[in-house]
Amino acid sequence: MSGLEAEIKAICKAVGNDRTRTMDIVRAVQDKHGCVSSEAIDVIAKQVGTPRVEVEGVVSFYSFLSEQPKGKVVIRLCHDIIDQMQGCDRVAQAFAEELGIAFGETTPDGMISLEYAACIGMSDQAPAALVNDVVVTHLSSDAAREIVRKLKADPDPKRLVASLGDGNNAHPKVQSMVMNNIRVRGPVVLADFDSGEGLRKAVAMTPAEVIRDIKTARLRGRGGAGFPTGLKWEFTRKASGDQRYVLCNADEGEPGTFKDRVILTEHPDLMFEGMTIAGYAIGAETGIVYLRGEYAYLRAFLEEVLETRRKQGLLGRNVCRKEGFNFDIRIQMGAGAYVCGEETALISSCEGKRGDPKNRPPFPAQKGYLDGPTVVNNVETFCCVSRILEKGPGWFAESGSKGSAGTKLLSIAGDCRRPGVYELPFGVTLREVLDLAGASDAAAVQVGGPSGQLVGPKDFDRMICYDDLATGGSIMVFGPERNVLEVVREFLEFFVDESCGYCTPCRVGNVLMKERVEQIIAGRGEPADLDYLQELAETVKACSRCGLGQTSPNPVLTTLKNFRPAYEALVKQDKDGFRPTFVLSEAVGDAEAISGRKSVHTHQ
Amino acid sequence: MSETIPITIDGVEVQAKPGQTILEAADAAGIYIPRLCYQKDLVPFGACRVCTVLVNGRPQPACTQPVAPEMVIDNSSEKVQTYRRNIIEMLFVEGNHFCMFCEKSGNCELQALAYRFGITAPKYPFLFPKREVDASHPDIFVDHNRCILCARCVRASRDVDGKNVFGFVGRGPHKKVAVNADANLGGTDAAATDKALDICPVGALMRKRVGYAVPVGQRDYDTKPIGSDIETSKAK
Amino acid sequence: MAKPKVATTSLAGCFGCHMSILDIDERILKLVELVDFDKSPINDIKKFTGRCAVGLIEGGCANEENVEVLREFRKHCDVLIAVGECAIMGDIPAMRNMVPLKECLDEAYLNGPSVYNPSGQVPNDPEIPLLLNKVYPINEVVKIDYFLPGCPPSADTIWQALTALLGGKPVELPYELIKYD
Repeated sequence: MSGLEAEIKAICKAVGNDRTRTMDIVRAVQDKHGCVSSEAIDVIAKQVGTPRVEVEGVVSFYSFLSEQPKGKVVIRLCHDIIDQMQGCDRVAQAFAEELGIAFGETTPDGMISLEYAACIGMSDQAPAALVNDVVVTHLSSDAAREIVRKLKADPDPKRLVASLGDGNNAHPKVQSMVMNNIRVRGPVVLADFDSGEGLRKAVAMTPAEVIRDIKTARLRGRGGAGFPTGLKWEFTRKASGDQRYVLCNADEGEPGTFKDRVILTEHPDLMFEGMTIAGYAIGAETGIVYLRGEYAYLRAFLEEVLETRRKQGLLGRNVCRKEGFNFDIRIQMGAGAYVCGEETALISSCEGKRGDPKNRPPFPAQKGYLDGPTVVNNVETFCCVSRILEKGPGWFAESGSKGSAGTKLLSIAGDCRRPGVYELPFGVTLREVLDLAGASDAAAVQVGGPSGQLVGPKDFDRMICYDDLATGGSIMVFGPERNVLEVVREFLEFFVDESCGYCTPCRVGNVLMKERVEQIIAGRGEPADLDYLQELAETVKACSRCGLGQTSPNPVLTTLKNFRPAYEALVKQDKDGFRPTFVLSEAVGDAEAISGRKSVHTHQ
Repeated sequence: MSETIPITIDGVEVQAKPGQTILEAADAAGIYIPRLCYQKDLVPFGACRVCTVLVNGRPQPACTQPVAPEMVIDNSSEKVQTYRRNIIEMLFVEGNHFCMFCEKSGNCELQALAYRFGITAPKYPFLFPKREVDASHPDIFVDHNRCILCARCVRASRDVDGKNVFGFVGRGPHKKVAVNADANLGGTDAAATDKALDICPVGALMRKRVGYAVPVGQRDYDTKPIGSDIETSKAK
Repeated sequence: MAKPKVATTSLAGCFGCHMSILDIDERILKLVELVDFDKSPINDIKKFTGRCAVGLIEGGCANEENVEVLREFRKHCDVLIAVGECAIMGDIPAMRNMVPLKECLDEAYLNGPSVYNPSGQVPNDPEIPLLLNKVYPINEVVKIDYFLPGCPPSADTIWQALTALLGGKPVELPYELIKYD
């Protein structure tokens, strides 16, 4: 038996050779060997009893995993629109020059790989990067060169953390330079909190009474879609099944959002308590936090919080001395796939599969994780649950707007003076939000991330709430000097990269939308392209299988509606019926270089 | 169970059976809903989205959506047909579909759908991706240029042949069918008798040395559109 | 009244579509009653003599001359029809589109298994039009009004399209006439 084989067998054995724990296995192998090689895939498949093509499918799905070897240190530079606005291209150039490699490559000594990452949840301190699990923020080209020099001297990324961030970022188990940037603390999520208070009140009631309270509080899901939480729990409780599950979606991957990062850092107790209350309400014994791979730096800290809760009797057997109420929570790490924030894809990933969304029906409430009735809620939703039980549903329902009770955490970034996290009551107008953030001269605001909508000043008096401007938390501000179509292009690229590829409209449609928007930006668009884009976007929106594809055309659709002049200024009709997308001088470029002579036709 | 669920498809009242999907109920009633990844006797997959219908105004895939009382289904409006035509055109430009020399031409379900929709040329630019041909197996070849990722082979190999010869790797535009071996099909236990070989809707998965057997004019879709067998079943 | 004019050309094609035009058999007599042929390999007229009602284009754009000819057609024709799969999607010539041009030329003239080329020269006479980086469907170069699919489209398809247009009607093909092979 080779050394590799023995090591992998041990890794598999540590999770009981359980096929559904494939994610943990491949992550461990990747961390240890810098890749999950073909040989490793064979061993894993045999150990957990699954076809090797299944394991290969998993490894090839997640951007943090690879069959080909990566460096001992992987630098992942965040490349979202906010980071680009803050100068990430200069940082990228510095990294590439200092390392002598291009993005996607590894240094010849096999030490350092350089990659781009989609949003890593640090838009308020951009440009930022992950160096393995270590977060480095506020990068400049000088900082990038310094990082490379330090890594060459000592490849331990932890040494890169010079000064610690605020709050629990300085906790011994976190030790990161990340800043929380909490600008407004509201009464629900970010206010002080006594661990166990809400949970003790919950177990003094019947599960049905707990669900009734959640309904009375009119709590709706904070991830963005806004489904009534109490109703979801009731469906799950009533569904038939031996085992029920509570899943917490801590995979905030929507570019521009980072509020869950702050909750996880400062109030994980509030979240774990909400999960435990949910477990009591629906009759579950198992909770899983699906933590995005980008937040691996918080894992040890979260494990410690869980351990403390177990010691306090807030998790484990007979929770809060409630006879027969057993509930515990494990953390499932993701590995770099935005689509896993979609609840059924999240379930697939927790089951150790490719992060493909599932067909609905059945809905997770009927058949979710391992086919058991499953509740999936957002980090912030669970925090609200704890507070509702602690302070009462009436207290909660009093704040907010008519259809949207409570507060909302907003992650604000981009062209504003005070980027950070704001906990504000629902019903606040976008203008008020922009004033708070120091962005009164905003020309365009992306509400709800790329899958949300881009609005202009005429919409600034609209309210942040489910019935008007809905958002999972992401607010990106663009000043007058920004090119709206460049924002659209960037978002489409994001969706092309992050589509799971399962269904046709999303897999192909996003590529086609991006192609046409790029042509328009290059001045090669025709007036008819606007109708072309509209119809293409509507098809992708209507026919895609999951929320990713159903919202990926939103950048196109909302800008065609709200910023149409930006398109109209660039498109032009060719009177001769020539396609502006075809440029002869470019099409003969290769041949001119090969033949050493010039085209006789390109003068036209 | 003799109870039926009344639904309406394009204004026609249909008595569906409990547990049926919209597509199954339509088939039984002699109404054709276009489809590609759906294959009778395989678990519905919901990937191609060609079977999109409007259920009470909301787009839903007919192959995975169960019937429910009072559903009003639009299977023929201009809006629905435009969605479908666009999806079919996407599949044509996404891969490299050279019908003129493909063994499957005339019997290809993708091509037949395009014929049925009267598509003379896709409106989208051809992407001309670089894709591989795997001819390593003595009796079978895989031409990824023609693959539409419908997963029929994946499902049939797993659920009918009990072999798991095929699976998916990669994601987004890079998603592709892979085989259960470290290199190619020759390293798997695939056999020419596998059910998985019969159900490829396009020419991606083919048996060697048996191509072009049926003369032009006598192939499945030379004279009658795809779906007409379902539509004529109504007359019986 | 002068008869409407029809022009035809073959770009990167095999002339199969032109064969199919001739395949309309005796209907060609009716056709010449209805139209005059302008620039076309059928009558070997090299340059446009005037405005044409219909231009039939076979083949895709593989080189700079194809582009030039196609643009001339667009300028001189009221209605432009893509005839056959090469015009529509590039077809057989477009099988090189997945390979960089340099590799294609090296394979064709230097490295291919059946190549005998002791001088090691790749043809590069100034008379030879420069190849494009890939073969373009003609709709990506100029606006095209109608597409007649097939490799080649049948004579009936071509006849159906021409008679419709000359009768002032839009081209509509019945099921039997839409074929990609």
